[in-house]
Amino acid sequence: MPEQTGLGIDALRAAALAAIDGAVDLAQLDQVRVRFLGKSGELTALLKQLGTLPKEERPAAGQWINQAKDALQQALDARKAVLDQAALTARLGAECIDVTLPGRGRQSGGLHPVTRTLRRIERLFANAGFAVVEGPEVESAYHNFEALNIPEHHPARAMHDTFYFDADRLLRTHTSPVQIRVMTEQTPPLKVIAPGRVYRCDSDLTHTPMFHQVEGLLVDEQVSFADLKGVLYDFLSSFFERDLKLRFRPSYFPFTEPSAEVDIQCVMCGGAGCRVCKQTGWLEVLGCGMVYPEVFHHVGIDPNRYLGYAFGMGVERLAMLRYGIDDIRLYFENDLRFLRQFA
Amino acid sequence: MRFSESWLREWVNPPVDSRTLADQLSMAGLEVDSVTAAAPAFSGVRVGLVTHVEPHPDAVKLRVCTVDVAAAAPLQIICGAANVTAGQRVPVATIGAVLPGDLKIKRAKLRGVESFGMICSAVELGLAETSNGILPLPAGAPIGADFRAWLGLDDVCIAVDLTPDRGDCLSIAGLAREVAAINRVHLTPVAATPVAPATDAHFPVRLEAPTACPRYACRIIRGIDPSAETPLWMRERLRRGGVRSISPVVDVTNYVMLELGQPMHGFDLGRLDQEIRVRLAEAREQLTLLNGDDIVLRPDTLVIADAAGPVALAGIMGGSRTAVADDTRDILLESAFFAPAQIAGKARAYGLHTDSSHRFERGVDPGLQVQAIERATELLLDCVGGQPGPVVNVLALDHLPHQAPLTLRTARCAQILGLDIPAETIADLLVRLGMDLEPVAGGWRVTPPSARFDLVHEVDLIADVGRIHGYERIPVSHTSSAAVTKGTPEAAFDLDRARLLLVDRGFQEVITYSFVSPELQARIEPGTEPLVLANPISADLSVMRLSLWSGLLHTARYNQARQQERVRIFETGLRFRPGRDGLRQEAVIGGLVIGSVDAEQWGQPVRPADFFALKADVEALLALGTVGGVAGSGFHFVPACHPALHPGQSALIERDGRQVGLMGMLHPTLAAELDLNGDAFLFEVEQAALATGTLPRFTPISRFPAIRRDLAIVVDAAVAFGDIAACVRSSASELLRDLVLFDVYAGGNIDSGRKSLALGLILQASSQTLTDQTVDETIARVLDRLTSEFGARLRD
Repeated sequence: MPEQTGLGIDALRAAALAAIDGAVDLAQLDQVRVRFLGKSGELTALLKQLGTLPKEERPAAGQWINQAKDALQQALDARKAVLDQAALTARLGAECIDVTLPGRGRQSGGLHPVTRTLRRIERLFANAGFAVVEGPEVESAYHNFEALNIPEHHPARAMHDTFYFDADRLLRTHTSPVQIRVMTEQTPPLKVIAPGRVYRCDSDLTHTPMFHQVEGLLVDEQVSFADLKGVLYDFLSSFFERDLKLRFRPSYFPFTEPSAEVDIQCVMCGGAGCRVCKQTGWLEVLGCGMVYPEVFHHVGIDPNRYLGYAFGMGVERLAMLRYGIDDIRLYFENDLRFLRQFA
Repeated sequence: MRFSESWLREWVNPPVDSRTLADQLSMAGLEVDSVTAAAPAFSGVRVGLVTHVEPHPDAVKLRVCTVDVAAAAPLQIICGAANVTAGQRVPVATIGAVLPGDLKIKRAKLRGVESFGMICSAVELGLAETSNGILPLPAGAPIGADFRAWLGLDDVCIAVDLTPDRGDCLSIAGLAREVAAINRVHLTPVAATPVAPATDAHFPVRLEAPTACPRYACRIIRGIDPSAETPLWMRERLRRGGVRSISPVVDVTNYVMLELGQPMHGFDLGRLDQEIRVRLAEAREQLTLLNGDDIVLRPDTLVIADAAGPVALAGIMGGSRTAVADDTRDILLESAFFAPAQIAGKARAYGLHTDSSHRFERGVDPGLQVQAIERATELLLDCVGGQPGPVVNVLALDHLPHQAPLTLRTARCAQILGLDIPAETIADLLVRLGMDLEPVAGGWRVTPPSARFDLVHEVDLIADVGRIHGYERIPVSHTSSAAVTKGTPEAAFDLDRARLLLVDRGFQEVITYSFVSPELQARIEPGTEPLVLANPISADLSVMRLSLWSGLLHTARYNQARQQERVRIFETGLRFRPGRDGLRQEAVIGGLVIGSVDAEQWGQPVRPADFFALKADVEALLALGTVGGVAGSGFHFVPACHPALHPGQSALIERDGRQVGLMGMLHPTLAAELDLNGDAFLFEVEQAALATGTLPRFTPISRFPAIRRDLAIVVDAAVAFGDIAACVRSSASELLRDLVLFDVYAGGNIDSGRKSLALGLILQASSQTLTDQTVDETIARVLDRLTSEFGARLRD
């Protein structure tokens, strides 16, 4: 039904709708709103003219104007939504970045491979209930030798290449003196490992004058060599993350009896024979045994009541096997290009 | 100990091949180091008899030999060796023979004369390093026989690396006993027949140090043939045992040592003066040894002496004055027992190590001396002839080691090994090891053989049982014993956490030697005497570190010299500080930074390391030792004066008034001396100071809003912020939740010698909303205190 007011509402409505459609941004759209619907807008002006119409025509005309106003408002909202979307799209486009650029800020450093290996060893033994203990590195000859049943002039002492300060003080040649300290200061049952630096007066292609060992000690009323085999099987298999073949070879340490050196099936060649295992298929990785009664006597533990086992391993060697490091001297040169490989 | 397998097999011959035999030894605790062929591969070499030797018609140095190798016809062979003579038996490489080094023997013509083979020297057969002409063979060598087979050269040399407790296995006899026990086969010892004396010549012996030498056996042999040579078979066994052939007397004593384990010595009887005295050396006595060394004896050294003075270092080495020489006709053979405790360490003290000292240090069977001297006499008479006197066996019985019987309980054996081994199996293998068993309830009284110095406790016997029975038969037990989880206190220092903190803050961990260069350390900390190694590996690793800094600086320099300009490193470990109360071995953490704070990157300018960048790292570390942050935790940074550090950029780190660390910029002079590129900053903190000691304590969170007031104050440049902060904290009362410093400024409109500090005070009450009035009063109080204590005024 066409307009019959003579006010030109339809024409105005058409013009306004065209203007709304023509607005290209929110500012223009707002201008259009003000022009037609503002306080002094054109449609508002028509409302003010209603009074000039005959009384009977006013309701219809008023209704007509309001319909036009609603229509314009809807058109404005619709157009605003379109323009908003367009503006957002444009902004997002402009904010595009190169996500392949490197992140900014601080980069992490890394742990030394010996520490990395020590942590692993400590955790595996912690899981098995061993507590970590430490001892001094400048040791007395008593703790390093005598109490471990290595009297002066014992051939085993000559094999230790000891660094001395004076007749009594030396740099510990192994972590075994920590056994003595623990057994002296605590009472059984004992279940400890002692990681740390040890020193030997020896420096060549395959020896550094300082290296790291982890000592293990368990003292209780019922302990057997079979238990020792068990704990070392579990440890070595976990450490190398594979089911390894082990060989317990009888050996001699003055502070254990029976004693054994433990060989693992070569982790490089799987036992077939290679340069690393010197074609034997086996790698010697640790020494162990049952605590010798003389040692218990020295620390005041009753050997008739208690038994114990002890073991010791070289950390650098384990790390070399695990990470394929072929020169022990690299550990203490501390070349950052070497160390970063373990970060 | 190196030995010929075929020699061992004369004593014990288990049905196993060489490889298995070697594995058996290793798995019985006698570690085999190497198994090598007794001779390199060669073939086609026969025993030949030289029947004629004629000069070569056209060469002065060559000879034309006719050699019978039991073939259809004798061979004509050209030989260049000067020692070839008719009637000799020699090794002959016949046509088609292949010698070591893949040398093929062919028909040849030498200066016009044909040669059908080669007469070989020991070197050419790979049996010696040097030789003087061809190798003459003994008269009994069967003509035509394969030389290799005749000399038993398809043999192997097995080298065992014995542990110091197994001196008893430093002989064929000892090893054979073990092999017999392992394989449960029969042992056939070489029968040493006593040699009846041909004269009653004997030499007086006095034991003047019976503890050190409780037994000294000796025997005179007169009229030996000085021109005789050691038989080839014996030289071969010595060679395969790694012992050089020297002369018949020396060779025989060495042979008996390898066979039975008894080191012996031969003196030239004519050069011995009156008597043998086994005594301790007198101070300053001198002795010239067989190796030519002149030594001055220490009074703790046991010597063999005659009336004129020392003639041998007992159990170690003979002297040159009484040595057997080429013209010696009368000898005195010595076979003694020297106590291990007496010999131990002595050879080393004189810079010596001999086969003899090696055995005596570990223990020689005290019951072996007479047997060994009889065996040596027997061999010597075969070789060089002569008239033996009676064996003189002087002993101090009370001082001879005595093997006390040990009790072995089967139950204890099972308990320690974790394996039940039948009693009869245990008894069998102990008997095979030479032990004497007497059954008692639950076990045996066991008397070990006198050679086994290592058997002292019951467990030593149990170890032998386990070893011979086989460690591989002991089960693997997974019963987890004694879970002793004492755990660490929560408030203790966690080194692992501290390491990871530094790693996450961009530090690389290093591990440097605990001994350092005394020069570098003295530059860092002059005036403090470090602990000095008596026997350092080198002069630049000769003192113990007083701090971690010398190792860190060395590492920085090492890396900068290798194009690694930016260095961020840390180390954990002990430092060694001598003090009035003795040596302190303190666990510390130290670090060094040089170059930019962050690695080079886009979008942010390079920020060179400075004091405050490192201080943030140190504070993060200290925060591990606090509950609720470093502020108010008792840690303080106090301006320091340290010879290695920049005087204006160094700080002591104190906790509760005690110095626990140090940090600062490396002194530029020292940096220049070390050729470091860029300013270096260092820190070191005691690990013990980083324990919190307390646990966190919960306090309710205030429900009321916090209010922030900012103050910009101007103070003298010399006023320390730490003092300002302490003043603010104490004057703002418990309302102060936090204090931030958000600007430090000097210059511009700030008077010279003054600085502006911008402080943000965050105030909050726990039970009410703060009123403006309370806040204003608090701020006024803070300002008053700052003004009165530091002359602070508000910035315009």
